[in-house]
Amino acid sequence: MESGAELVARLRGICGADHVLTHPDALATYRSDGLAQYRQTPLAAVLPGAAAEVQAVVRACFEAGVPWVARGSGTGLSGGALPVADGVLIVLARLRRILAVELEDSRVVVEPGVTNLAVSKAVAPTHFYPPDPSSQIVCSIGGNVAENSGGAHCFKYGFTTNYVTGLEIVLSDGTTVELDRDAPGYDLLGAFVGSEGTLGVATKVALRVVPRPEDVRTLVAFFEDTSAAGTAVSAIVAAGMVPGAIEMMDRLSIQAAEAATGAGYRLDAGAALLVELDGPRDECQARLAEVLELCTNARATHVWKAEDAAQRDLIWKARKAAFAAMGRIAPAYYVQDGVIPRTRLPEVLRRIDELSAAYQLQVANVFHAGDGNLHPLVCYDAAREGEPERAEELAGLIVKTCVDAGGSITGEHGVGVDKKAYMPAMFSEPDLEAFQRLRCAFDPHGLANPGKVMPTPRLCGEVPGPYRQHPLERAGTATRF
Amino acid sequence: MLTRVQPASFAAAAEALREAGAARRSVRIRGGASKAWGVLGAAPEVEIGTARLNRILEHNEGDLTAVLEAGVPLGCAQQQFAASGQMLALDPFLGQSHEATIGGVIATADAGPLRHRYGAPRDLILGMTVALSDGTLARSGGKVIKNVAGYDIGKLFCGSFGTLGMILSVSVRLHPLPARTVTALGVADDPALAAATAGALARAPLELEALDVAWRGGRGGLLARCGGLQARARAERVGALMRASGLQGIELVEPDTELWARQRAGQRSSQRALLRVAARPSALAEVLAAADVAAATVVGRAGLGLCFLELDPEALNRLTDALPAGAQRVLLDAPAALRGSAAVWGDPAGGEALELMRRVKARFDPARVCNPGVFVGGI
Repeated sequence: MESGAELVARLRGICGADHVLTHPDALATYRSDGLAQYRQTPLAAVLPGAAAEVQAVVRACFEAGVPWVARGSGTGLSGGALPVADGVLIVLARLRRILAVELEDSRVVVEPGVTNLAVSKAVAPTHFYPPDPSSQIVCSIGGNVAENSGGAHCFKYGFTTNYVTGLEIVLSDGTTVELDRDAPGYDLLGAFVGSEGTLGVATKVALRVVPRPEDVRTLVAFFEDTSAAGTAVSAIVAAGMVPGAIEMMDRLSIQAAEAATGAGYRLDAGAALLVELDGPRDECQARLAEVLELCTNARATHVWKAEDAAQRDLIWKARKAAFAAMGRIAPAYYVQDGVIPRTRLPEVLRRIDELSAAYQLQVANVFHAGDGNLHPLVCYDAAREGEPERAEELAGLIVKTCVDAGGSITGEHGVGVDKKAYMPAMFSEPDLEAFQRLRCAFDPHGLANPGKVMPTPRLCGEVPGPYRQHPLERAGTATRF
Repeated sequence: MLTRVQPASFAAAAEALREAGAARRSVRIRGGASKAWGVLGAAPEVEIGTARLNRILEHNEGDLTAVLEAGVPLGCAQQQFAASGQMLALDPFLGQSHEATIGGVIATADAGPLRHRYGAPRDLILGMTVALSDGTLARSGGKVIKNVAGYDIGKLFCGSFGTLGMILSVSVRLHPLPARTVTALGVADDPALAAATAGALARAPLELEALDVAWRGGRGGLLARCGGLQARARAERVGALMRASGLQGIELVEPDTELWARQRAGQRSSQRALLRVAARPSALAEVLAAADVAAATVVGRAGLGLCFLELDPEALNRLTDALPAGAQRVLLDAPAALRGSAAVWGDPAGGEALELMRRVKARFDPARVCNPGVFVGGI
């Protein structure tokens, strides 16, 4: 193995000296992603300017036996882009070209550093790209692919994995592989999306885009408590509707969001339910009337219907500000990302209330109510002795409550380093072993984003037994029908 | 000598697979046996049937999810879901007596017209339990509609033709049945006109449930299914769009069940050859023109560029030469004589992708007993 200095020299040869950072000051930005409590300084951060440079960097790392981590915009909330000590951080921010816009095929092809919002802008006004994480202004498509990102509209429209139709990836040995959703064979594309950078790095991404809906209707219904709002959600779903978005906020988050934005949410409400219907105009109108009736039946105290685009923006502004606004209520907080079957919402919220009382810590709830993805914010004050530890413990119990209810430890933020300790709560040892088989097929040396996702480090053994070539492999594909 | 087993539990299935793996005996998994696809090779030594793994483990109405054992006939599951106003939005042809099982449909990634709106089978799977040839029982995903914990092994097994292991159960996302459906029909006798109209419909914000083409002998039609409370009004709009685009014989059909059953049946051939062609949606006119060259009958997803061509086996080479560049071909139904080589899977995938597939196969089925040779590149 060559020394770190030799590798750095090689990387400079590949990307140019200006694009290889090794000074601690220059690396400070890259020590953590959106989850700042985890920090690590890498050996170097490199900013390649083209796919070929990414490949050369990965190959250099492979030859040096040095692990690497790919990073998009660094907005991830699970520490997925946390660097590895003595490893290389590959920053894809310079790969931000939109390579093709082919609306006749409902398709765009982009480099991984292109932002999520830039994709929608590139296909406006006729089309849009549905997965819309709250960080969409800055988060990158490459990061979205790694995390299988969702967003407020995924109850109706699905997740990143439903929109990626092709990928160019670089494996940890420096091989470039083209994956196409339509090509016969294993769905390696489906396995790669959401693998959190542990199977390789994407250098080109083809995405499906969809026609922009003809009409959008947005409203907020206010309720006395989350239980009444939950009843309304159930009624809407039971009526056969799949709204573009259904988002719920509890009393604490309404107050924080309203204090931050002054959007016009009712401060006396115990719960706010944001419902957005989109689609063909006549269908939207018919459904809107139905939603209003169902909310009234569920004892909504007030309904605020957006009359124009400005009001719609206000309604969303408060919802999207909810996380950041929590700073007004507490100096610090843990965000969890557990998912539950939506029908278990009342009992899970009750359990969270009990835990909150027992731990004497406030928990605010903002969540995607349609798909049962909770984002409980466990508030704490790091200046108070023992409170961060109590908060972390409480956050862990909330995750466990979600798994016990038949749900998941993470709906959209990913496992990363933050939730890997929870993986055994959801998966047995044989399940994890099966995951490792996939990992070993793609990255047998464990160089791509090591230490993430899996709860304990594991190695890849050799494939047992001699590889026996099938007669058809020997015959090849020479015959053509 | 063929050994047949029909395990009644996941553990028994895993044990049967382990035994075969240890003895290096080749295994085929059998569901409803409605499809004989893939490369026809040596007969398997062990056949593991899913007939006794036939329970609907969960139907969570309020959550729009379900968990099905692999041997559940998809038609039976749909009946139960429909009773609650729901569906699994996966509507392939189910066989002459509706024998296709959910396990078989997922293992072959088969899908019907609803793919237009709801995606491929892989888009509807939330989780999966599988058995591997070393006896491992493993679960991935979950049963909630949003979940990013762990690798998506379910997608890997979807369309894997039994070559990685045995699918034991799948958890799936359900959708509400549309309140009402009306289909707008229009006829064209020019591939370019049919394709241009399909493109215009696919790009319009109509949220069509399905958008199909049916084509034969230089003439055919587009079928656009509208769903929802205002399905009829929307079908009228679609009809007007078709007319403005130059289509003839515009018709609104309600009920439209029969129409779509015919489209699904067109994806199979009992006597001739059935080729699945995936091309860019914008290449639809070229695919239809190629079909005319080979006297093929076409049904397909007009907005997705996915067509099923039924034709005389002798005309296959002629068709292949006429198809647009980049079109992916897979031969599904065909006489045994044509199914003996890897050419069933069309042109081989890029070398590196195939190599990666071989590595995946080697990790999941190191004994190489699971359906050897039926898949892409001799996997």
